[in-house]
Amino acid sequence: MSATTPTYAFAYLDEQTKRMIRRAILKAITIPGYQVPFASREMPMPYGWGTGGVQVTASIIGPNDVLKVIDQGADDTTNAVSIRAFFERTAGVATTTRTTEATIVQTRHRVPETPLAEGQTIVFQVPIPEPLRFLEPRETETRVMHALEEYGLMHVKLYEDIARHGHIATTYAYPVKVEGRYVMDPSPIPKFDNPKMHRSPALQLFGAGREKRIYAVPPYTEVVSLDFEDHPFRIQSFDRPCALCGADDVYLDEVVTDDRGGRMFVCSDTDHCEDRRAKGFTGEQVHQEAAE
Amino acid sequence: MYIAVKGGEAAIRNAHRLLDDRRRSDRSVPALTLDQIVGQMALAVDRVMAEGSLYDQELAAMALRQARGDMIEAIFLLRAYRTTLPRFAAARPLDTFRMRIERRISAVYKDIPGGQLLGPTFDYTHRLIEPAMADDPPVDEPMRRLSEAENCPRVTDILGAEGLIEADGQAGSDGEPGDLTRDTLDFPISRDVRLQALARGDEGFLLALGYSTQRGYGRTHPFVGEIRIGLVDVEVELPEVGFPVGIGRIRVTECQMVNQFKGSAKEPPQFTRGYGLVFGQSERKAMAMSLVDRALRADEFDEERTAPAQDEEFVISHSDNVQATGFVEHLKLPHYVDFQAELDLVRRMRREQERPREETESVQEAAE
Repeated sequence: MSATTPTYAFAYLDEQTKRMIRRAILKAITIPGYQVPFASREMPMPYGWGTGGVQVTASIIGPNDVLKVIDQGADDTTNAVSIRAFFERTAGVATTTRTTEATIVQTRHRVPETPLAEGQTIVFQVPIPEPLRFLEPRETETRVMHALEEYGLMHVKLYEDIARHGHIATTYAYPVKVEGRYVMDPSPIPKFDNPKMHRSPALQLFGAGREKRIYAVPPYTEVVSLDFEDHPFRIQSFDRPCALCGADDVYLDEVVTDDRGGRMFVCSDTDHCEDRRAKGFTGEQVHQEAAE
Repeated sequence: MYIAVKGGEAAIRNAHRLLDDRRRSDRSVPALTLDQIVGQMALAVDRVMAEGSLYDQELAAMALRQARGDMIEAIFLLRAYRTTLPRFAAARPLDTFRMRIERRISAVYKDIPGGQLLGPTFDYTHRLIEPAMADDPPVDEPMRRLSEAENCPRVTDILGAEGLIEADGQAGSDGEPGDLTRDTLDFPISRDVRLQALARGDEGFLLALGYSTQRGYGRTHPFVGEIRIGLVDVEVELPEVGFPVGIGRIRVTECQMVNQFKGSAKEPPQFTRGYGLVFGQSERKAMAMSLVDRALRADEFDEERTAPAQDEEFVISHSDNVQATGFVEHLKLPHYVDFQAELDLVRRMRREQERPREETESVQEAAE
């Protein structure tokens, strides 16, 4: 038996597919926060593992782009490694771990700490693009709710949190309103990252492969986290700085160091942390070692 | 000292190397050939082709071998390849009337023109593991029919001649079938797209849903009008030549379920249809598909939609096993950023819960 040998295009997707996705992206940019349906393809990685982000990146990337891929803020998490290797293999593009060097940043669950600049594009991997999904499971219903700008249900949910807990109990995938119109799911980033989206000079694209939706926040667009006048939106704060670089204005990962309750807190954004340490900033772990 | 974990790249490489090793297993045992898989694991190949929605036995066999026999993984491999292929034409509707039949049964008539033909079926076998099958015992040549079989009329056509069953649905105005792999799903969807989704859908999921209609969750009173399995010609219309041209022959299983219908203001009492068509030999899938197809047509017959199997958005959104397995399994990806946020919230809420108690306790102490 002679088997067919498969061949693939630049960045895997065929040109017709890229054109279809680019059209969806353009539409998304013109209607900030609106979820544009697109004919998502089967990708050679599983649904739920970044197929939407990968399709968006594959459609916008060119041979001169420099790509950074992060998962949980880190460049070396296994799925980030896998996606970066995918583009190295299928598009032969340069890759980097440095936020400032990248033209495209594909991310899962974080926005880099280093502010993004004009000309950069950040591509978010989105599992469930519909912010109203857990309040209303039917697509046919939620579409109407968006069309009529009927977001009362979401405010009721947030209010119920306050009534029950004294504060809003949503910590990630915290809903935002884009340019005063569409309520949007910022993807499961911690709410700590929400303010970074507001009036960002970078283009922000969101791809949900399994759910077949693309949406966008163009540069310098209003992105406001939902809240109430007497319960304003607040981000998480940590009561200690990063143990490695001493940063106190960043999102931290809690690392379990032993089985006797030992914990330490370090930057979730590995590039930011390395960059700071290279510049001579140090955290408590380094101080302790110096003392020993 | 804590050092951020590096080396994901090397770990992945080594994991895949180990996977290769496990797939090949004992090197002194000859590797499976594609012919062996296509010939002796034919129904596994059929299922991979059906749910991978690509009719290619060799590729399906390669996928199965590469996936170590994991069906959904093999289906996924085939799908990811299929999606890159150009679409150059839509075939004409298969003419199953002219099928070269290997098996054909009807449960609604004792005898039918063309006869009942059991064919290669597990039905009526006793499910006893044959100790002799541990080796390779000689197998008898099959009986063969002496004359070329004639075309068999479909049972639904026999009922249709009497006007007792609804007519076959009509294709859309342009005659072009929808394609959910190229267009966005937009609920409610048309029946052609629904049937496409069901034909690609997970056998187990459709089986369970079909079963649920039999147990009262959206009852449809089904009878197997006919199941036929065999080879059919695939034809495409080429504008250059002006007539249909055969491009190949594929094996399919077709199931026409005949369901009761009391009639409505618009329609007289008559039987209705549930339809199943699947690549290869897969009676279970074709039957389940036709049960679910009929259940999903509830609105057409003014039936109340109360059961899961009647809910189009529910059924079609969850029938694809490649989507389902991806999203279920993505839970094993790192989620520690979000978990950190939740951890922080739980700690804070517990602190807040404990604070009033401590305050009351200290007030009591002061009073004592």
